[in-house]
Amino acid sequence: MITIKLAYRNLIGAGLRTWLNVIVLSFSFVMIIWMKGMLDGWDRQARIDSIEWETGGGQYWHENYDPYDPFTFEDSHAPLTPEQENLWQEGKLVPVLITRGTIYPEGRMQNIVIKGIDVNQNLLSIPTARLDTSVYGIPAVIGSAMAQNSQLKEGDRLVVRWRDANGTFDADEMVITGIFHTTVPSIDAGQIWIPLKDLQRMTLLENEATLLVRDNTEDPMPRFSGWNFMEKNELLKDIETIIKSKTAGTSVFYMILMLLALLVIFDTQVLSVFRRQKEIGTYVAMGMTRKEVVALFTVEGGMHAVLAIVVGAIYGIPLFIQQSAQGISFGLSGQDFGITMAETLYPLYSMELIISTIFIIVIATTFVSFIPARKISGMNPTEAIKGKIQ
Amino acid sequence: MTNNGNQAIIALEHVVKRFPSGRTWFTALKDINLTLGRGEFAGLVGPSGSGKTTLLNLIGSLDSPSEGRVDVLGREVGKMNARESATMRKKHLGFIFQTYNLIPVYTVYENVEFPLLLLKEKADKRRKAVLEALEWLGIESKAKSKPTQLSGGECQRVAIARAMVKKPEIVLADEPTANLDAENSHHILQTMEQLNRELGTTFLFATHDEKVIKYLKRKIRLFDGKVASDEIIQS
Repeated sequence: MITIKLAYRNLIGAGLRTWLNVIVLSFSFVMIIWMKGMLDGWDRQARIDSIEWETGGGQYWHENYDPYDPFTFEDSHAPLTPEQENLWQEGKLVPVLITRGTIYPEGRMQNIVIKGIDVNQNLLSIPTARLDTSVYGIPAVIGSAMAQNSQLKEGDRLVVRWRDANGTFDADEMVITGIFHTTVPSIDAGQIWIPLKDLQRMTLLENEATLLVRDNTEDPMPRFSGWNFMEKNELLKDIETIIKSKTAGTSVFYMILMLLALLVIFDTQVLSVFRRQKEIGTYVAMGMTRKEVVALFTVEGGMHAVLAIVVGAIYGIPLFIQQSAQGISFGLSGQDFGITMAETLYPLYSMELIISTIFIIVIATTFVSFIPARKISGMNPTEAIKGKIQ
Repeated sequence: MTNNGNQAIIALEHVVKRFPSGRTWFTALKDINLTLGRGEFAGLVGPSGSGKTTLLNLIGSLDSPSEGRVDVLGREVGKMNARESATMRKKHLGFIFQTYNLIPVYTVYENVEFPLLLLKEKADKRRKAVLEALEWLGIESKAKSKPTQLSGGECQRVAIARAMVKKPEIVLADEPTANLDAENSHHILQTMEQLNRELGTTFLFATHDEKVIKYLKRKIRLFDGKVASDEIIQS
């Protein structure tokens, strides 16, 4: 207790020198939390958006289906069983049929993936109600990235060509009845969503589907023979991998920040041990053991971190609250990079994040303070009293 | 021998102190035998290099003898471990240095309070003792000043207040007036003499300053690491 009291008194007494160190350390501290909070916020948003727009609570994939190999699409479909149909009617499953196709917007040729989905579903956020319209041709909705890439807009008509179950090419006219905006590029780029019934009719695959999206609940669901159930977390693995790689990248950045801040503390401590030799000798003469003086200097160094937390909280907490509420807009969309990222990110500053960061900084600061302070234990107090450099 | 016939609180027997000097050893103290009683106002006098400060450091348990025995307040300095000698300094010894050795970031009040913090005295007791010490030395008005704002004389007064605040049994003063002018030196010495008289504290100086020597009641002259003479001044 006395060591903490003296260390606090020494730090406050040192004035500007202490506050400069504290401000540098608090800046690192706030930056680390800010960056980690941003990544955690992105992770949370990306997961929520992916669940709402694409994965639902998990998916049943036809056993031949491989989303990364479009050539498997032709063989990856099967009729819905009565049990599956019941669950569909109850709103617990949404069937999706997938096939390859080609569109010819304004005479250009573009390979696409055609996805048929129930127009009445409300399990995913895709605006399938826009498909429930009577137009001449096949109604289709597309994402804004697809619209931009193909230079399509609502009301445009275009020719679409596909192969049916027998491998025969067919073509028809398609009408863009809606363009939706999503942060999930994997349901947008190169894809066209049309009514399930239309795609089943076009491909001669009546009542068949490629995958079934389940609702986002924990209700137990049966297993279906010939269908592989993909857990929600398995489907979100790609997002986690991207965020992990980003986390690794930013970890390097905040390691540099941390090292700079710790270097400042280390430097101060080294200087202190040399410059304050007379003071060290005086402490010993007044009745402190050398170990106690080492502890005093170590606590002094570590206390920089405690003061940095207080100073960081003064400007960090309002900043974090403001950003959590209003978000941070980078003026870019994840669509531009093919990753699930909203234009406005809402950082997530969890207690776990804040406590772990505080813990790491306090421990690291105390450790780098201890290294130079150890030298005191080898000092001769009679020389130190005179202020002789040892 | 003690000056006043009181019980001996410092006793040195055949004390030798050597320091390494390159490949050889330098003998700073040679066969010192000395006894000091409670309440003495004594000084180790002699030229630079005669061993005054070395002897003071041994008595202050900041160092241990190479040979012989140093007893302070009934404890043998050479046999105490670091914690025991620190406790002895903390409770029973006060130090005054030539260069004051005040903690620069503390105020006068905090510097004087420091030994009491180490003794874990309660706040109200600390406050009373600090104010009393500042009053003895006539520096109450400087309580909030930092050492850098004080003159040399004022700094030494603070150092004396810091040494005296815990009312130690022994005060060891190493060249306390070396950095002071004549007027300040006399004020400081008069104050110390008064404290010695009123509180019965034993003062042991290491000095070659004639101004100090005039005040001493016992002069232990050191020369070349040996006690050359030990003279009691009759007042």
